[in-house]
Amino acid sequence: MSERLAVKKTYKLYIGGKFPRSESGRSYQVTDSKGRFLANAAWASRKDARDAVAAARKAFPGWSEATAHNRGQVLYRVAEMMEGRRAQFVDEVGSSEGLGRSRAEKVVDEAIDRWVWYAGWSDKIAQVVGSSNPVAGPYFDFSVPEPTGVVAVLAPQRSSLLGLVSVLAPVLVGGNTAVVTSSYERPLPAIALGEVLATSDVPGGVANILTGRVGDTAPTLASHMDVNAIDLAGVAGDDEHAVQLELAATENLKRVVRAPAKEPDWTAEPGLGRITSFLETKTVWHPVGI
Amino acid sequence: MTKFEYAPAPESRAIVDIKSSYGLFIGGRFVDPTQGTSFKSVNPATEEVLAEIAEAGREDVDAAVSAARTAYTKTWSSLSGRDRGKYLFRIARIIQERSRELAVLESIDNGKPIRESRDADIPQVAAHFFYYAGWADKLNYAGFGTNPQPYGVAGQIIPWNFPLLMLAWKIAPALATGNTVVLKPAETTPLSALLFAEICQQAELPPGVVNIITGAGDTGQMLVEHPDVDKIAFTGSTEVGKAIARSVAGTSKKATLELGGKAANVVFDDAPLDQAVEGIVSGIFFNQGHVCCAGSRLLVQESVYDDVLARLKRRLTTLRVGDPLDKNTDVGAINSAEQLARIRELSDVGESEGAERWSPPCELPDRGFWFPPTVFTGVSQAHRIAREEIFGPVLSVLTFRTPAEAVEKANNTPYGLSAGVWTDKGSRILWMSQQLRAGVVWANTFNKFDPSSPFGGYKESGYGREGGRHGLEAYLKVGEAA
Repeated sequence: MSERLAVKKTYKLYIGGKFPRSESGRSYQVTDSKGRFLANAAWASRKDARDAVAAARKAFPGWSEATAHNRGQVLYRVAEMMEGRRAQFVDEVGSSEGLGRSRAEKVVDEAIDRWVWYAGWSDKIAQVVGSSNPVAGPYFDFSVPEPTGVVAVLAPQRSSLLGLVSVLAPVLVGGNTAVVTSSYERPLPAIALGEVLATSDVPGGVANILTGRVGDTAPTLASHMDVNAIDLAGVAGDDEHAVQLELAATENLKRVVRAPAKEPDWTAEPGLGRITSFLETKTVWHPVGI
Repeated sequence: MTKFEYAPAPESRAIVDIKSSYGLFIGGRFVDPTQGTSFKSVNPATEEVLAEIAEAGREDVDAAVSAARTAYTKTWSSLSGRDRGKYLFRIARIIQERSRELAVLESIDNGKPIRESRDADIPQVAAHFFYYAGWADKLNYAGFGTNPQPYGVAGQIIPWNFPLLMLAWKIAPALATGNTVVLKPAETTPLSALLFAEICQQAELPPGVVNIITGAGDTGQMLVEHPDVDKIAFTGSTEVGKAIARSVAGTSKKATLELGGKAANVVFDDAPLDQAVEGIVSGIFFNQGHVCCAGSRLLVQESVYDDVLARLKRRLTTLRVGDPLDKNTDVGAINSAEQLARIRELSDVGESEGAERWSPPCELPDRGFWFPPTVFTGVSQAHRIAREEIFGPVLSVLTFRTPAEAVEKANNTPYGLSAGVWTDKGSRILWMSQQLRAGVVWANTFNKFDPSSPFGGYKESGYGREGGRHGLEAYLKVGEAA
C-alpha cells in the first residue's frame, strides 16, 4: 500500500474574517530555524494593510459596544480553541523558533493562559482605572475607560506566538480592533492564530493578521489617518525604523507604544500597561438636583 | 428682554503692582536674560503696555533646565512626599490669600472679565494645588504600583487663555509626584506666572524646583528639544502639539498633549430650553470663547430650532461686552491682535461660504481688541467655521433630526476634547455620553472643571489626562508597556 499523499495548507492573510491571498499575488518562502522549507506565506502589500484597516474600522462599533462580559467570553473562547489545536501550535512554534518539544509546549501553554488572563480583565479594568470623581459642586461626575479605536500592532519578530498573543490580547480586551503584522520569518503561528480567531466567535474584522515584511506595511499603518494607535513591538532594536514610524504616527497623533531596545521576555506577567495604552478616559458630568 | 443700564463697577487695580520689567525666574531668583532681548506684554482691553518681559534664549533655557536638574537631584527627589505636599499646601494658601491680586492681574494681562478670574480661574488654581498637595504622600495608594517614580525634569508650555489655571494644572501634579519643572507661560500672558514665581519664593520652595522662563515659540521649542528634559507637557494648538510629538519621536522623552477642540453641544427637543440656552452661552462665550473645550458647534434638533434660536438671540442681547475689570462685564477683550485677526478671518470665511452671521447690537470700546458675540446659522458640516477651531466668541449652528444623526455630526471632526448634550431623558443622556467620542461629556451642563475630574482629549485633541488620580500618571513612570 502506498503512503498517503498529504494535503498541504495554503497560508493566507486574515482580513475581515476571511482568508484572502495578498492582492499583490506575492508570497514568500518560510523556513524553519535550520533553513528548511516550511511553507509559502502571503506577502502582504500596502493595499492589504489599507483593506485590513477598513475591516477593523467597520468592526469597531460592534466590538467596542459589546458588553465587557461578552468580550471576556469571546476571548476565553480563543483560549479554548487554541487548546484544541495545541499540537499544531507546538509543532509550528517549535519549528519556527527552533525549540525542542517541551520548550515549545511551555510557550504554547503560556500563550493559551495569556488569553485566559487577559479575557478576565474585560469586565474588571473599568473598575480598576475608572473613577467616581468627588467634584466641589452639585454634580455627579465619573470617568470610564473607552477603547482608543483601530490599533496597528507590529507583533514581535522573535516570539512568534507568545509575543503575538501578548500584544494582541490587551488591544482586543479593551474593545479596540486590530491590524497585526506578524513576525516576518516566523509567521506560521500567527496564521494558525487567525484560524483560531475565525472559529472563536471573534467577529470578523476585529483582529486582522498580515504576514510579510513589516517594512512593507508598517509605514502605511503608521501614517494611516484612520488608525488611532500603534504598538511598535515588532521593530524592537531597530531604532531607525522605529523613529520613522513614530514620526509618521504623529500626523494624526496616534497613541504610540514605543519599540523597546530589545525584545522583552514575554513569559513575565504583563501588567496593565498594554491595556491602558490603548484606552481613553472619558469623564461625564451631570447636575444633581430635584 | 431688556438690558438694564448699570453704572460702571470697576474693580480697583491698585492692589496690583506691575513692575516695568521682569527677568527670568531661574534657580529661585529673577535673573536677566543672557542676550538681553525682551518683548512687551500689553493689556488687550486698552493696548496699554504693561511691562517689558525677558525673552529666554538658548543659554537661559540651559540654565533653567540645569537649575531644575540640580534641584531634582540635590533636594526635591530626596524630600519626603509629606514635605513636598506641605510646600504645595503653602502655595495653595498663599494663592488664596493673594487671590484678589491674582484675579485683577489676570484680567489686566489676559482681558478676561474679573467676574471669571475672581470666581472661576483663581479659586480653581488654589483648589488644584490643594488637591495635588494631598496626593504627594499617598502615591503608593494611587494604583500605579508601590513607590512609583517621577520622570525628573518636566518642561511645561501653557497657553494664554487660562494663564494661571493652566500653570496650576501643570505644576501642581508635577511637584506632587516629585518632578521639578521649567515652565514657559504664553508670550501674551506671562504676568500671573511671574507673580506665581514670587509666591514660590514666599513659600520658601527650594530654589530650582520651579523655574519660569518667558518667551515665544522659539523659547518653547528650545525647551522641548532640550536633551536634559525628561517629560514634556503642553497645552495649546493641535498644530504645535504635532510639532512637539515629532520632536520627541525617537527620544526617551514622554509627552502629554492637551490640544484643540471643536466641541458639539447637542440640544434635543425635550431639553429644558432655558437651561440649555444658558449652557450654550457659557459653552461658547465664557472667556470670550478662548476655550479649547468650547461648545463651538451647536447641534439643535430641527423641531426646536426656531425656539432655541429665538431664546438664544434674546439672551445674547443682554450680554455685557467691555471693560474686563468691570464687575458687570460678561464678555471681555480678545487676548491679542493676532487672535482677533484670526477670529475675523474665519468669520469672514463663514460669511463667504454662505453661512448667515448675526451679532447682538453692542458697542465695542475704541481701543483694545474686541469682537462681538457672534452666531452663524445655515452652517453645513463642510464649512470651515464648522471644522476649524476659531478660539473666539463665534458659534456655528447646525441641525439634526435623529439621535443617530446627532452622533454622526458630533463625531465628524478630527478633534475629540469635549461635547455637550441637553435632554430630559436619562437613558438618552447615558447613550449619548457613550456615543460621543470625546474626553469630557457635559450632560445638561457645560464647561465645568474640578481638580478631581480628569480632563483631556480623544483623537487629535491630544493624549494624557489632567486632574484627578489620572492626572498623576502623566508625571510618573507608570502605565507604559514594556
